Amino acid sequence: MRYLPLTPDDRRAMLARIGAPDVDALFRDVPKPALAPLSKFDLPDTQGEMEVERALSKLASRNVAAGAAPFFCGAGAYKHHVPSAVDHLIQRSEFLTSYTPYQPEIAQGTLQYLFEFQTQVALLTGMDVANASLYDGSTATAEAVLMAQRITKRGKAILSGGLHPHYAETVETVAGLFGPMQRTEVTPGSAEDIIALIDEETACVVVQSPDVFGLIRNLRPIADAAHAKGALLIAVVTEIVSLGLLEPPGAQGADIVAAEGQSIGNGLNFGGPYVGLFATREKFLRQMPGRLCGETVDAEGRRGYVLTLSTREQHIRREKATSNICTNSGLCCLAFTIHLSLLGEQGLTRLARINHARASALADKLKALPGVELVTDAFFNEFTIKLPKPAAPVVEALAAKGVIAGVPASRLLPRGFDNLLILAATETNTDDDFAALTKALQEVL
Amino acid sequence: MSMNNQGRPSSAGEAFPASIATISGDRGLDHEEALIFELDHGACGVDLPDVKVGEERLGGMRRKGAVGLPGLSEPEVIRHFVRLSRKNYAIDSGLYPLGSCTMKHNPRLNEKMARLPGFGDLHPLAPQSTTQGALELISSLMNWLTTLTGMPAVAMSPKAGAHGELCGLLAIRAAIAARGEDRKRILVPESAHGTNPATAAFAGFTVDEVPAKPNGHVDAEALKAKLGPDVAAIMLTNPNTCGLFEGEIIDIAKAVHDAGAYFYCDGANFNAIAGKVRPGDLGIDAMHINLHKTFSTPHGGGGPGAGPVVLSERLAAYAPIPLLVADGKGLRLIEDLAAAPDGAKPFGRMCAFHGQMGMFVRALTYMLSHGRDGVRQASEDAVLSANYILASLKDVMSAPFGDGPCMHEALFDDSFLEGTGVTTLDFAKAMIDEGYHPMTMYFPLVVHGAMLIEPTESESKASLDRFIHVLHTLATEARAKQTARFAGAPHLAPRRRLDETAAARKPVLRWRPDPLKQAAE
Amino acid sequence: MSDVRYTDQHEWIRLDGDEATVGITKFAAESLGDVVFVELPAGGKVVKAGGEAAVVESVKAASDIYAPAGGTVTSVNTALEKEPSKVNEDPEGAGWFFKLTLSDKSELARLMDAAAYAKFVESL
Repeated sequence: MRYLPLTPDDRRAMLARIGAPDVDALFRDVPKPALAPLSKFDLPDTQGEMEVERALSKLASRNVAAGAAPFFCGAGAYKHHVPSAVDHLIQRSEFLTSYTPYQPEIAQGTLQYLFEFQTQVALLTGMDVANASLYDGSTATAEAVLMAQRITKRGKAILSGGLHPHYAETVETVAGLFGPMQRTEVTPGSAEDIIALIDEETACVVVQSPDVFGLIRNLRPIADAAHAKGALLIAVVTEIVSLGLLEPPGAQGADIVAAEGQSIGNGLNFGGPYVGLFATREKFLRQMPGRLCGETVDAEGRRGYVLTLSTREQHIRREKATSNICTNSGLCCLAFTIHLSLLGEQGLTRLARINHARASALADKLKALPGVELVTDAFFNEFTIKLPKPAAPVVEALAAKGVIAGVPASRLLPRGFDNLLILAATETNTDDDFAALTKALQEVL
Repeated sequence: MSMNNQGRPSSAGEAFPASIATISGDRGLDHEEALIFELDHGACGVDLPDVKVGEERLGGMRRKGAVGLPGLSEPEVIRHFVRLSRKNYAIDSGLYPLGSCTMKHNPRLNEKMARLPGFGDLHPLAPQSTTQGALELISSLMNWLTTLTGMPAVAMSPKAGAHGELCGLLAIRAAIAARGEDRKRILVPESAHGTNPATAAFAGFTVDEVPAKPNGHVDAEALKAKLGPDVAAIMLTNPNTCGLFEGEIIDIAKAVHDAGAYFYCDGANFNAIAGKVRPGDLGIDAMHINLHKTFSTPHGGGGPGAGPVVLSERLAAYAPIPLLVADGKGLRLIEDLAAAPDGAKPFGRMCAFHGQMGMFVRALTYMLSHGRDGVRQASEDAVLSANYILASLKDVMSAPFGDGPCMHEALFDDSFLEGTGVTTLDFAKAMIDEGYHPMTMYFPLVVHGAMLIEPTESESKASLDRFIHVLHTLATEARAKQTARFAGAPHLAPRRRLDETAAARKPVLRWRPDPLKQAAE
Repeated sequence: MSDVRYTDQHEWIRLDGDEATVGITKFAAESLGDVVFVELPAGGKVVKAGGEAAVVESVKAASDIYAPAGGTVTSVNTALEKEPSKVNEDPEGAGWFFKLTLSDKSELARLMDAAAYAKFVESL
């Protein structure tokens, strides 16, 4: 087996030093009936690199990659161009094959990029502090609600109907153990009246902007109303590139920002791994979940970085920890940091404007089609249209024509929104893509 | 003669005194590197057109100020991150004996496969007819996981080990609720990883600790005595955090089931027994599998991982959405709680989409490469290597639980350092100067000054021998009170010991622009 | 000098008139290492004897501080929030945690005096 360096001679010599007759003698604590012979495992034997590559490639070829077709899916995961330097750098051995930086003297590389990442996230979201990432946007949102429950010592969370339904379900599954979760009605293309629901029992209000239908929300009035009742505003962002063009949640009064960072530096990966961004106000720092990197000096007075404030975490606080999370999304946040470093202020701003311009152009083309209605009038790079018939079969029919037309709302919200189709357009979409979509859509409608 | 007057000295010459500071502040290949924000000079590392956009579709929410990001060209960005990378220790460059972390080789084929466009560039909500290969990959991985563990079902969406624990406990919670019972207490051995009690609290349970016996095993009698009608589950790590197999596990499982409780097994150490022991044969009800450990999807400096959870017949119905089912047209994801098939009672959803697909591809690639025989051999080699270290060092370092055998980790304590003036931390930091990453220290908590060494199956005998020689010599010197190597170590790393007290007392968690410079602008 | 009593959890309590001051012992401060953070109770909080009242953190450990006797918190040492190092420098003086009005002064009788505590520490 090419990955195993020990030879039969090595193994014999090692057993001799140990004083064991064979390797099974080392498993002597295992109850005999529990030692399974190889025949109990109905699985294939070792294969060479070429054979494995062939098998995996065959599976991959049965999928339609986003780059292989005119492609318009969003709804929480976005197709963007990732510069070649990103993947090259994250595959460096010293990043790819290192562990959590528990020995800071020999992990300054990881620690420094985490410090840079935290700074970037704080800047983008307009918040004071950010952690070194969580698993993804949905779990970050659940952690945000739990944090709000701890801070306010209240249980109830109000979830906007515009929150990505997968996010809402994730929040309900976890935070629902500690208080009632109230979802507002779903109002595609407009803002629901969430303020009226905030009361003295409310721990937090969770609002996504742009929301799952693409609508840009104004968070300021919600933040003010929440604060007036002693509740927190959690702002959720699933398309982080939008903050290159839109007012950050921190400037609108958000107390916690939970976001998905996939759009910067990370591929679609069929849903994961992604990178959860998490930022908050300085005053809530001690209640923040997840790993944190901080600046300090070494014995010679040189600047360096360490993991810090770890008394919040599970390995010290055990059942009193702020979260059970042990990890961050290391390599994905490195990809995020590198891509955002390449973009810089100018690149991010331009990228965001291009995205908005592309989506706006596509919206104009689609709403000109007979029977098609534009549902979202204020959006970043994603919007919703209403078709004259159910969207799911239309999407399947378009897929058969080689166009991946977007996400039917019924895939996320099973009842009552059958004719809605959510589409995203990014810098990767060409005019030819637009033409292919409009042509195919006309044929199907 | 025609003389070459360009001749240069070709002997090594005299040593450069370490005391001379360099002009640049860099030392040979070790470069000091500023923060990316301090390198800003208004350049850009991408070429994008400058498109103007109007206000009409922005809902009045256009950003008013700048973000504040630095601008650098591509070569500068690459140099920055390459220089940072060189300050990291990595499994590719040396033995990484972190106990309980499993730093094994990360095959590069795994990386290549995960980047095939059909996986890496596949949208989670693309029409299911266009993602059949991905669903089949998940289905194959599920088959590997259930076969290796001897369990009937597996929930794939948890994103890490701790997330898997949460998933398992939520399934247990749902199963208890379905029985119309109210059980609030979870038994956790005191030797458990901190995640176990944290997860139990996170899932709304109270934690009751079970003591360990002096031989490092859980006290089965004490555990049984704590069982009762309010106990929801036990959480047991096997092999345990002391690197020992809990031999009474079948008996414990029976007692747990007789008390109406469930048996959660922390599968963090599955890599010691994969292909040898099926946890399903031990009577467990749920166990997460850290794909980044046992199946070597890389650790990546601390993530991302993946933590699928195998489930017994008693818990299978409660697995969270999405569910993968086969029908006439192929494989299909059920993503809606209300659309769950007959008999399924999913407790909820762990995350958006379907789990860590990128990790699934890597893990399946690892499994197909190893095959069942290779997986078994890897477990045996991991256990053999740990025992080889234990046998080779037990004469100079103290092993709290006697002569072994151990499983995949060799555990030592700090009693051999008593009275030497060398602390556990000093000992570990001296290893850095010797070119090694230290072992896990101060864990498990049940052993004073614990040093947990996990060599994994990826080291050659020559590599193990060299490592043993270094540790043996360090231990011998420490015992002889020759403390020169230890005091203030490391001396040869990019940084000396860092002031963690200062970092925690006055947290600086982000860069901020120099106020003077800002004012001048 | 007023009477100081000690708990086996290494808190001290000193009664001055109706008000008692609580902190951690020199032994505890030394065992914890450098204190980096202190979480103090809210004024007006009612605590029971042995109940969790505050948290003290070093870099690698967080420990609960229990109230040596029951009562109502009247004031807390806010100086510790800015300078937690006071707990190390002067644990039984400027490093005090909070003050209480006791609900039952007789609870103090159950605690150790200085000599008994010194003996207790020696036995550890």
